Amino acid sequence: MLSLEVILAGTILMSLTFYALMGGADYGAGVWALLARGPRAKAQRKLIAQAIGPIWEANHVWLILVITILFTAFPPAFATMTTALHIPLTLMLIGVVLRGSAFAFASHDIGAERRESPWGQVFAASSLLTPVLLGVTIGAIASGNIQMTAHSFLATFVHPWAAPFPLVVGLLALALFAFLAAVYLILETTEPALREDFRRRALAAAIVVGVLAVLAFWLAGTGAPRIRRGLNDSLWGWLVLSSTAVLGVGAIVTLWLRRYRRARICAAGQATLILWGWAFAQYPYLVPPHLTIFNAAAPPITLRLLLLVLLLGAVLLFPSLYYLFRVFKSRAVFGITTPPPKREAE
Amino acid sequence: MSDLLAARSQMAMSLAFHIIFASIGIAMPLMMAIAEWRWLRTGQDVYLLLAKRWAKGTAILFAVGAVSGTVLSFELGLLWPSFMAKAGPVIGPLFSLEGFAFFTEAIFLGIYLYGWHRVSPLAHLVSGIIVALSGLASGIFVVIANAWMNTPTGFRLVEGQLVDIDPVAAMGNPMALTQTLHMILATYAATGFAVAGIHAFLLLRDRRNLFHQRALSIALTVGGLAALLQPVSGDLLARAVSDHQPLKLAAFEGQFRTEQGAPFRIGGIPDLETGTMRYAIEIPYGLSVLLYLDPHATVKGLEEFPRDEWPPVAIVRTAFQIMIACGFIMVAVALWGGWLAWRRGTVFDSRPFLRAVIGASPLGFLATESGWVVTEVGRQPWIISGVMRTAEAVTPMPGLVIPLIMFTMLFLFLAVVVVWLLLRQVAASPRITSEEHVVS
Repeated sequence: MLSLEVILAGTILMSLTFYALMGGADYGAGVWALLARGPRAKAQRKLIAQAIGPIWEANHVWLILVITILFTAFPPAFATMTTALHIPLTLMLIGVVLRGSAFAFASHDIGAERRESPWGQVFAASSLLTPVLLGVTIGAIASGNIQMTAHSFLATFVHPWAAPFPLVVGLLALALFAFLAAVYLILETTEPALREDFRRRALAAAIVVGVLAVLAFWLAGTGAPRIRRGLNDSLWGWLVLSSTAVLGVGAIVTLWLRRYRRARICAAGQATLILWGWAFAQYPYLVPPHLTIFNAAAPPITLRLLLLVLLLGAVLLFPSLYYLFRVFKSRAVFGITTPPPKREAE
Repeated sequence: MSDLLAARSQMAMSLAFHIIFASIGIAMPLMMAIAEWRWLRTGQDVYLLLAKRWAKGTAILFAVGAVSGTVLSFELGLLWPSFMAKAGPVIGPLFSLEGFAFFTEAIFLGIYLYGWHRVSPLAHLVSGIIVALSGLASGIFVVIANAWMNTPTGFRLVEGQLVDIDPVAAMGNPMALTQTLHMILATYAATGFAVAGIHAFLLLRDRRNLFHQRALSIALTVGGLAALLQPVSGDLLARAVSDHQPLKLAAFEGQFRTEQGAPFRIGGIPDLETGTMRYAIEIPYGLSVLLYLDPHATVKGLEEFPRDEWPPVAIVRTAFQIMIACGFIMVAVALWGGWLAWRRGTVFDSRPFLRAVIGASPLGFLATESGWVVTEVGRQPWIISGVMRTAEAVTPMPGLVIPLIMFTMLFLFLAVVVVWLLLRQVAASPRITSEEHVVS
């Protein structure tokens, strides 16, 4: 059961989950920067910039890790995805480039401490692009409509992703990331009014996520029948579906009751289960209907070496990540109310 | 424009763009860490201010490097899916290692940029050193993968398929060591000279400004030492190319015929029709001596190889000459600076020297770009030397000219903005005329 292929596919899923929970939330924060409204619009944008500034580059690397594990362990799957999904992936990359650059421009421009930079708007707007297209990509893979033998351009390069199911999954990814971001942002501040702002946003986003998740599930009936069957026709499928629903409702209830730490657990759990539900329903396919994690796997020597690299990397990575979050998120993540003493300014 | 040419152009453009930011991302953290270390050692606040100002610029450049690097990791598949399907199992582990190095770099850069008041000064300096080291490691892993494309090892080729794959043997491919050494030195030389040029320019207007004096000292030391070592690593690299890619070396040197006692040619225009170098200055026996320390050694010429396996000779040869010319000018400037520092104890009083530093400041990156052309175009028509042709690797996706135009415009736009933002930072650089009065 736990073959090398399964373990490495598992590391891809874990990396993708971390990317969604952390990198995804950074995109979600960009959405709220775009939608900043009301008397505290400026304070909202400032909080967002402070919250993601020190960590977004590290969070972004999860995506690189997903790609490198994929093309090392399952090269034909990577080749097929990047060929058939050339168009959405290219658009996604443009979002990656604009979002990251614009955020750095806005944060590190001369005088950025004193006034808001116009690059903040570019950062906010381009934060929409990547989540949608990441979702579209996943939706297209899940649909099982990628076929490299098709003879027309549209059938090969457009139809697999330009369909209702992938597009709704794209919107779901955007809503989910914005939801995560809003829930996290509540805990990034102690300012009651700002907390209320993001609480309202989180509640609204939770409802949008719920509606889109149900819509995606319904569309999967024709758009991604394999996923639909996997979730519908098995015991674990029902467990995943019902747990996701319980966590979704739990997030709304805890937000309503202002139990923000519990809300964060529910939200992260909900996002994780949506991803895992897709992954387990698709198992063992990487790119249905032909490529599985077994027939697309690299030779065992590569898989063993890669696993070794990942283990060594993890030993290096997790303590470093812990340190990063300990330094910058001691209150928000670890609940430590006395921040480390501010050192004397130079 | 054919799809193959569009794909090659997009890859070349993306790499040419990324290599600048990646180089800076490797070298700047070293210079920042040196400045911060000097601050901790001497207590002079001008060094702290310098580390902070450099960090501000680096933050922008690093972010652009990170996102353009992300684009490249996808472009490997978007443009060359068959290459990745074949090479993934062999060189993929290198990219995974690179992924973790990049992770470490990004994590500790976050601490470095935002942690000035949150971690102890020592922890902060150590974070800077970790950024410098992990950046170095990233660069090494990526260049080893590139070296594998030049001299692939760690497999057997059976009917076009790679079998008996050994990714560890692939990491030890013959070009790995010399190519990484050359590229890493290039990052320090190019970045050091570029930064030195900016501070030399500002020093010419404000000669007593300690801020620029300190900056110039560190940048010139890093850039100058690397520039002095670079001809040595270049020589080692050329010999390795001559051993393992003799065709490529013949293109570098404009060596059409196999020749005993081959001359070293400077300049000249390759004439493919007659198979000669026109108007080249020839140093008799030069090439044979350089490669084999023997004036009568035989150097293989292009004629030994099938015509359809030649790289575009004129491009490779021209880029090679530009690289070497830039390298030697930088060596001369570095020696001049070393001489001034040794004889007079200072380099800041010499206007001609400061002007020379300004003049030499873009040459490191010009040499880097040329060197990249030398190694990449010099490998053509292969994407994996002797195994897979570039034309076989290109994606079946039609209309590749569209993403080419999109990414070119995007990167041009970013380049303009980055230059503009850095100019603003330079214009706001501090004036410090004595140790006691540090103002920003």
